Amino acid sequence: MKFNLIGKRYLYFLISLLIIIPGLIGFGMWGLPLSIDFNSGSLLEIKFQSGNLPQPADVIAIYDQAGLKDSRVQTTADNTIVVRSRDMTNDTKNQIISAMEKQFNDKTTILRFDTVGPAIGKEVTTNAAIAVGLAALGILLYIWFAFRNIPNAYRYGIAAIIAMMHDVLVVIGVQTYLSHFFGWEFDTLFLTALLTVIGFSVHDTIVVFDRVRENSSVYRRLPFEQIVNHSIVQTLDRSINTTLTVLLTLFTLALFGGVTIRHFVIILLVGIFSGAYSSIFNAAPILVVWENREWTTWFNRNKTAA
Amino acid sequence: MRRNSVNLILILILLALSIWVNVPGHPQINLGGFQRTMDLVLGLDLQGGMQVILQAKDTPGKTITIDQMNNAKSILESRSNGLGVSEVSLQTVGANRIVGEFPGLTKTDEVLNTLKETGQLEFVDMGSTPLPEGTVIITDLNSTTPAVLPTQAAGAAAPTTADLKARVWHTLMTGDQISVATVTTQANTSNIVVNFELKDAGTKIFKDYTTNNIGKYLAIVLDKTIISAPVINSPIPEGKGYIEGKFTQETANNLAVQLRYGSLPVAFDVIQSQVVGPTLGQDSIHKSIIAGLIGLFVIMLFMVIYYRLPGIVAALGLATYALISLALFRLIPVTLTMSGIAGFVLSIGMAVDANILIFERMKEELRAGRTQANAIDLGWRRAWNSIRDSNISTLITCVILFWFGSQFGATIVKGFAFTLALGVVVSLFTAVFVSRTFLHTVLDRIKFSEHPTWFGA
Repeated sequence: MKFNLIGKRYLYFLISLLIIIPGLIGFGMWGLPLSIDFNSGSLLEIKFQSGNLPQPADVIAIYDQAGLKDSRVQTTADNTIVVRSRDMTNDTKNQIISAMEKQFNDKTTILRFDTVGPAIGKEVTTNAAIAVGLAALGILLYIWFAFRNIPNAYRYGIAAIIAMMHDVLVVIGVQTYLSHFFGWEFDTLFLTALLTVIGFSVHDTIVVFDRVRENSSVYRRLPFEQIVNHSIVQTLDRSINTTLTVLLTLFTLALFGGVTIRHFVIILLVGIFSGAYSSIFNAAPILVVWENREWTTWFNRNKTAA
Repeated sequence: MRRNSVNLILILILLALSIWVNVPGHPQINLGGFQRTMDLVLGLDLQGGMQVILQAKDTPGKTITIDQMNNAKSILESRSNGLGVSEVSLQTVGANRIVGEFPGLTKTDEVLNTLKETGQLEFVDMGSTPLPEGTVIITDLNSTTPAVLPTQAAGAAAPTTADLKARVWHTLMTGDQISVATVTTQANTSNIVVNFELKDAGTKIFKDYTTNNIGKYLAIVLDKTIISAPVINSPIPEGKGYIEGKFTQETANNLAVQLRYGSLPVAFDVIQSQVVGPTLGQDSIHKSIIAGLIGLFVIMLFMVIYYRLPGIVAALGLATYALISLALFRLIPVTLTMSGIAGFVLSIGMAVDANILIFERMKEELRAGRTQANAIDLGWRRAWNSIRDSNISTLITCVILFWFGSQFGATIVKGFAFTLALGVVVSLFTAVFVSRTFLHTVLDRIKFSEHPTWFGA
């Protein structure tokens, strides 16, 4: 055996935990600010003809007069302002726009006006959770079915789901820090990225598992640990190359794509990397831990397989 | 070898078709009922416009049926067309919602107001006591409370205005009886009026009523608000009339549109609206297209450098894949959104993965000393399990994403899921059919043992 990758499995788990736990702590402390896609509210992006941007305080004052407290104003690199506020009707929007044009003595163009009522925001949040749950269940059942000819097929499904949850937690953790320090929001695009990561993570894991499935029937007499190790080594070239091409594509999207999808692409970069890592260093080792029932020795002796 | 040649010819025909669909100048297909202009359809985020989610108002004790929703949808469609808004897409979502997309729309407020109003017109028997315009009244239409007929109440003391407002009035007929509605300006008064013509049944009701009630008032009520209450001067037998309110050209037009296409079976609230300016979209589409092309080029370069000869085959396979996908986008047609483009670019990644899996397996088989043709077939067959299972799991995620997107009119998610799924299906096809055929065509003539460096081995 050329490399013994599987031997250091507890080190890989430790690395994962070192990424995930700070993420969870951040999540516990700050939470994830929801965008108006998931929370009721209005978002208005305005461009001023003269190119001069008004003082945020003046804009907030106009909103206050219209009865919308706690609005937040952001200026963008494209010389526009983005105002987030409680949800408003079309009439209120028109009132605000004309108040602005009057006060700032300028013409405006509305680039974006989104409004979400309180009912729908809550529904989307709940259903997003259901969607993730359903996706996990669907994938679990499919793997169980696809691996039905080898012993303990369900373990592969569950290990793939654990690796997937790993990636979800990594992405959410990173997003927590990005939103705390850079004001990124949990919006539909973030959700799309998250769901893509889930799909890709499982995609990647299955390729490794498929090799384990194949090798299990070829090398019947080898210990399971060696079969898994061998499978990882055999698929390593492919794992690296595929991840590399996807990351390259995402890099070009991040560098040359529009500003609107930049957050989306960066989250995908993090998620795809994590997905590749978890397939090799979490999903496959979990199979070994499970096969050896290693948890029975975790608390007896301090030093185990590592 | 013979089967391979047949496959190669089939692929070339498919490629030629895809290129034909993709060439600029936009060819058109007209085959009986099947028509396609083959223009790429851009989503709202790319060309600007408005997206709204309308939700049926809850009336206690009444459930909204699927028929009512579908009926409402087609009425809304007719109304939008009547207002001159083109390329509107309306979809019923869930039990009580309609998602409307209005690309490139500027007069958003006005359209929204005309669309969401029920547009229920009633002709109400007012007896001899007219109420002023703008009064909101109660009628016996769709109600179990019987109307107090003005003729019965006539003997009592003169009613106060408050009494009149609380009274349940009798609806003679509704706007359903109107067959034609047009807007004209009256020559003598230069008032803008809405002319209407009644259907046969309506004509008879109108004739009977006007004959028997000369000198009484007949109110014209829109969504329970009186818009005019003219006095009947003479019988009207021919079923024609006009509505005189305080109309502007626009409001008269909107009313005519509502009358022409009938009233909505339920009233709607706007629960979500998004307006995207076109400048935002223009910026993103250019950048995304360039990014997509660069991405594709970088991948091809990587494949050629790393896998050499098979890499060139893969690059050809990828080009085929991109051409077929683009042709499908035009044919179906798929509405391209920002996230849709992202989904497409990502599916390229998955298509590359299929090629990488096949090549890595092929190299293994070659190292194990198999013959060339054997290695291609074995490598392909062994990689196929991984390709199939991993892609099916992606498809499962896509289906759930698509469902999630449809549930909320979250077109971002839906577009992403659809293009990714389409990309995965096409990439499965290219992996099964195209890459293998290309490999055989190119590699059957070259000996691996003589040129191992051509294979990057």
